[in-house]
Amino acid sequence: MKFLCLTCDEQMQFRERQEPGDGTFAASFTCPSCGHEVAMLANPVETQLVGALGVKIGGRELDEQPMEFVRRNVVGRDDAFADATEPPGASGRRPAWSEAAEERLARVPNFVRGMVKKIYGEYALERGIAEITPEVMDRARTELGLEGM
Amino acid sequence: MSFRTYFDVPGADRSGLGDQVAAQRERVARRLASVARVVAVVSGKGGVGKSYVSAAVAAAAARHDAAVGVVDADLKSPTVARMLGAAGPLAVTDDGVVPASGAEGVRVVSSDFLLADGRPLAWREPEGDRFVWRGALEAAALREFLGDVAWGKLDLLLVDLPPGADGVSDLAALVPLLSGALAVTLPSDESGRSVARTMHALRDAGIPLLGVVENMSGYHCDACREDRPLFAGNAGETLADAFRVRLLARVPFDRAASPTTPSDAWDLIAAALLGRPGEEAS
Repeated sequence: MKFLCLTCDEQMQFRERQEPGDGTFAASFTCPSCGHEVAMLANPVETQLVGALGVKIGGRELDEQPMEFVRRNVVGRDDAFADATEPPGASGRRPAWSEAAEERLARVPNFVRGMVKKIYGEYALERGIAEITPEVMDRARTELGLEGM
Repeated sequence: MSFRTYFDVPGADRSGLGDQVAAQRERVARRLASVARVVAVVSGKGGVGKSYVSAAVAAAAARHDAAVGVVDADLKSPTVARMLGAAGPLAVTDDGVVPASGAEGVRVVSSDFLLADGRPLAWREPEGDRFVWRGALEAAALREFLGDVAWGKLDLLLVDLPPGADGVSDLAALVPLLSGALAVTLPSDESGRSVARTMHALRDAGIPLLGVVENMSGYHCDACREDRPLFAGNAGETLADAFRVRLLARVPFDRAASPTTPSDAWDLIAAALLGRPGEEAS
C-alpha cells in the first residue's frame, strides 16, 4: 500500500500507527514535499482481515516473536507458555525494570507477558538504556508500533 | 483526475504485506530444512482414529531410533498430545518454542497445550464476522506450529490434520516439499467415500499418497477365538486399488492396547513413512 500526495505527485511517508484497542487501526502519512498529512482509518473488519494474516501495516520494526500470532490471538490458558529466554548469568547486562514498569508489565496478559518483556528489554538493550521505566515503555510503544502492549 | 498507480510510484512499500507473507513462508522453510520427511495424516471424517494412528506411528518410529515430531493440526479437537503423554507449558526461547516431550521422546506441539480443559478453541476480539477469516486464523496458527517450533533435527514430522480436505491446501502451501500423506479410514463404505474425497484433494494439490491404513478393521473375539469384523465393508483395499497406493496395514480394534503399545502394524507403517522399507518386517 502506498499513499500519493496528488498536489506534489510525491509518495507520502509513513509516520505513525495506532491501535486504540477498539478493534480499529489508524496510520498517518506525511508528504515529504508539502508536509500535508493524511490518516488512514481501518474498520474492525479490515483490521482483523490483515491481522489474521499475521502481518503488520506499516511494516515490522521487530522480528516476529516465536508463536506471536497464537499467543496474541488464541483465548487460552494463562500458563500455556513459559519464558525461557533469559540466559543464565545474563541479568548483569540486561536492563533493569523499575517498580512502576514492572507494575505496568504485570497488567499485560500472562500468555504474552514474556514476549512483551523481551521486546521492551531488547529495545532498551539496543539503546543502552539501563533501566526500563514507564516513560521508556511509552517511547518504545510509539517507536516500535506496539500500541496495545 | 488522473494519478499514478501503485507500480508507477517507484518508492518502497513500507508495509510490504506481500514481503511479510513471503518472509513467513521462508521462516517455515528454514525451520523444516532440518526435517528429513514431513508427512500429513488425513482422514475424511472424524472418529476414524486418525490421531490414534498418528500417535502410534510416531511412537513406533521413535522406538526404531528415529527423531520424531508431531504437529497436532487438529486445532479444534486436539487429542494426539495426550495420547502421547505430552503436556505443557511450552518453553519459549530465542530460537523458538520448545516442543513438549511425549512417549518415546516424540516432540509434540498441540493446541491442547493452549486451551483450558474442556474449553473450545476461541479467538480474541473482535467477535463480529469472525467466521469470515476463521480459515486465515487457523492457517496462521498452523504456520507457527510448523515454523516457530525449535524442532531440531528430525527424521520424521507427522502433521495430524483435521478431518476432511480443508487443511490439505493450507499445508501444501506452507510445506511445498511435503513428503506425502497417509490416509486413515474405517472399513465402512461411508468412511471410504469420505476419505476418497480427501485423497482426491491431496492428489489435486500434488501431494504424494504414501498409503492407506484401515483402522478398526475388526476385533478378536475371546469367546469364539476368531477375528470378527466391526464394520461392513472393505474400504482400505478399495481405496488402495482406486488410488493405486499400498494398503499399509489393517489394524484391529484392541481394547487393551494404547497408542504406545508396540505392534508389527505400527512398525510397518512407521518404516514406510521413514522411507526404510527394509525395516518393515522387523
